[in-house]
Amino acid sequence: MDLSIFNEANVRFILNGFLLTIEISAMAIFFSVICGTVLALVKQYCRGKLSVLRWLASAYIELFRCTPNLLWILFIYFTVRGDNVFISVLAFTVFTSAVVAEIVRGGLNSIPKSQFEAAQSQGFGFFSSMRLIILPQTFKTIIPALFSQCTTVIKDSSYLASINVAELMFQSRIVIAQSSNLATTLLLYGFVFLLYFALNFGISLAVRAYQRRVVAA
Amino acid sequence: MLDGLFDLSRWQVTLGSMDTFWQGFLVTLQVVVAGLALSLALGTVLGVFSTTRSRVLRAVSRVYVEFYQNTPLPVQVIFMYMAGPQILQAVTGAASPVRIAPFVLGFVGVGLYHAAYVSEVIRTGIESVPRGQMEAALSQGFTRVQAYRYIILPQTFKVILPPLCNQALNLVKNTSVLALVAGGDLMYRSNSFVGSYGYLQGYIMACALYFVICFPLAMLVQYLERRAKLRPRAKAIPGIAPDAAEEA
Repeated sequence: MDLSIFNEANVRFILNGFLLTIEISAMAIFFSVICGTVLALVKQYCRGKLSVLRWLASAYIELFRCTPNLLWILFIYFTVRGDNVFISVLAFTVFTSAVVAEIVRGGLNSIPKSQFEAAQSQGFGFFSSMRLIILPQTFKTIIPALFSQCTTVIKDSSYLASINVAELMFQSRIVIAQSSNLATTLLLYGFVFLLYFALNFGISLAVRAYQRRVVAA
Repeated sequence: MLDGLFDLSRWQVTLGSMDTFWQGFLVTLQVVVAGLALSLALGTVLGVFSTTRSRVLRAVSRVYVEFYQNTPLPVQVIFMYMAGPQILQAVTGAASPVRIAPFVLGFVGVGLYHAAYVSEVIRTGIESVPRGQMEAALSQGFTRVQAYRYIILPQTFKVILPPLCNQALNLVKNTSVLALVAGGDLMYRSNSFVGSYGYLQGYIMACALYFVICFPLAMLVQYLERRAKLRPRAKAIPGIAPDAAEEA
């Protein structure tokens, strides 16, 4: 079998795409956690005069939970001018924030009411009790869910190939197009699957180890 | 590009092309139904495999679940699209590559992908009911069928229904992967509408139509989650507790 397609240039070409996939996913997750936390706090705690904000946050979350990721990637690609990485990170942040918001809200709901009351009785204001008491506990409980969302973002980033972002799937499709027989095509696909699998499986193993440690503690 | 959003003539053109959107909507619905059926059937089998004593069956289920949960759906579907015909040719010995219909690609793609998730849901559902429940039911004079009907399955469904509906919701969204292989679904048609007219309205229409399918599902998930937290009510069980409801 002719394995010359696995030459250094091609492998490097695919690995560059892999690197971009990781970069985009990491940035998207980072911004989504920030925006998602803000959204969750707004949806959870804006009462009275601020109720309008609560409704807006709920509407935002429902809208993005109920429509496909690919739609927003194409939508933002069509409406926003900028370089590919910026558009990719923006599209994923807009979409993933809504998912992260629901995860954070689930975490907030799992914190006992007495924690809020105790914080208040000790003279903590809303923001300082959130920052110092409630959110640290919330994040401890939602870390597994956040990391599994991480793998979802990494997987969904392959949709970006449809707007010509040079991530793993886009790069590997270019290399695979050069393959002339079925055997090397299969090997190349196997290589791509393996890259995605190694990254995501590594993350899920880390999450399982974390869960065991938390349960043991 | 947002300036054309309030242009009435553009909306007229979009509403005039509703036929293509409805056709795409129909294809998406068909893929959803077929994909859901495949994922539920295969997922249940794999979920039961993972709770059996047989090491081989457990390993089969584990490997399947890990592969499908840790690799992207678009890559799986593109793989079937690009390499599938040649593989089928090699397997069946046909003269030329065997063409796979986009509809088949779509429902097999999302079906196989979500079967992995359904399998995990079924497994946790089965594991959530302790064995002692069956023994206790039998010792109280339930027949085996009654024990399943009144004791085991209600508890299992309580655990699995909310995440199952959530998977159905994700499955609907994931059918948009068909757009990558020119599948003629809602996403593909709205994208080609936007491509040929340059009107953003096409995406907004797709957004509305996806929302119409997914929002009721999201509400159903919320309702089921709330209901799962409630305490169970006393039921009248023929031959065991016929007057439980009257006493209450």
